[in-house]
Amino acid sequence: MQRQVVEQLMSDRAERRPAAVLTWLASGEQRIIHAEDIAAMPELGEGLTEALRLDRSRVLEGADGDVFVHVFNPPLRMVVVGAVHTAQFLVPMATLADYDVTIIDPRTAFASEERFPNVNLVTEWPDQALAEFGLDTRTAFLALTHDPKIDDPALGVALASEAFYIGALGSKRTHAKRVERLVAQGISEQAIGRIHAPIGLNIGAVGPVEIAMSIMAEVTAVLRGKSGSGP
Amino acid sequence: MGSPNTSILSEALGWLDEGREVALATVVQTWGSAPQPVGSQLLIDSDGNFLGSVSGGCVEGAVIAEAGEVMASGEAKLLEFGVEDETAWQVGLACGGTIRVYVEPLKAH
Repeated sequence: MQRQVVEQLMSDRAERRPAAVLTWLASGEQRIIHAEDIAAMPELGEGLTEALRLDRSRVLEGADGDVFVHVFNPPLRMVVVGAVHTAQFLVPMATLADYDVTIIDPRTAFASEERFPNVNLVTEWPDQALAEFGLDTRTAFLALTHDPKIDDPALGVALASEAFYIGALGSKRTHAKRVERLVAQGISEQAIGRIHAPIGLNIGAVGPVEIAMSIMAEVTAVLRGKSGSGP
Repeated sequence: MGSPNTSILSEALGWLDEGREVALATVVQTWGSAPQPVGSQLLIDSDGNFLGSVSGGCVEGAVIAEAGEVMASGEAKLLEFGVEDETAWQVGLACGGTIRVYVEPLKAH
């Protein structure tokens, strides 16, 4: 491996840009690729796309023998809109699963250091906070406030992003009303269909701890290429 | 498991800056109950110093020895360790897995 390959990986990581190092195991030939290079590599294309999406390094069979695809994806992030009770249990779970968690809630009574120690707390309105945040393919987005004034604008930003998971708390009825409001804002039904709602896998969760577990399970399922509970 | 940590690679740059000769070993395939996932890396220098892990201790010794040859020759090697393999048992991969490890020189230029 050349030093410049390692340096490129470091700068990709700093910019949160997914990358992979391909090594042809027989010849030792090596190159670094990014998502936009995959189209030019049809014989490996599908396997490469899947390796990057599922964050799974693996050997692929190419025309010139086995190719090791070493995936270097940026670290996972989770953005939680709503410094609510469920979020207090979700934060430690997500942190254990290697997510860098940010809580956004303009209500300072909720978003307090005391309730959320050791986590990024942003007490701005979510559409403002998210404009600078850059929701990307390695970010999960959760709207948990139940309050349309806070959740709706945040969902608008999330639906325009590449976030790999978008979930919103609320019953089927609450979600149906939310869909109506988002449609009225001019968001397409196809985009709205990306929202996982009611949020979380259906494990019959009772109380905030179990709801946090069901959310974490669904985010994991989607990250790993399983379907989750909906949309 | 998440993404492979780039901390090993970042250490590798530091070692190169110090003028050390460096090889990188990477788990490229596993079968059965391999102790470290694909993508795990071990950094080795020509004095036998190492950082990281490719097997949680089972085959590191053998990989480090091979890395010496890789650094000397400048040619990468693909190593395989498994339970059917007498060497594998000797190096202690008795946990029932097979792993393939790619060992390559890390070149400053």
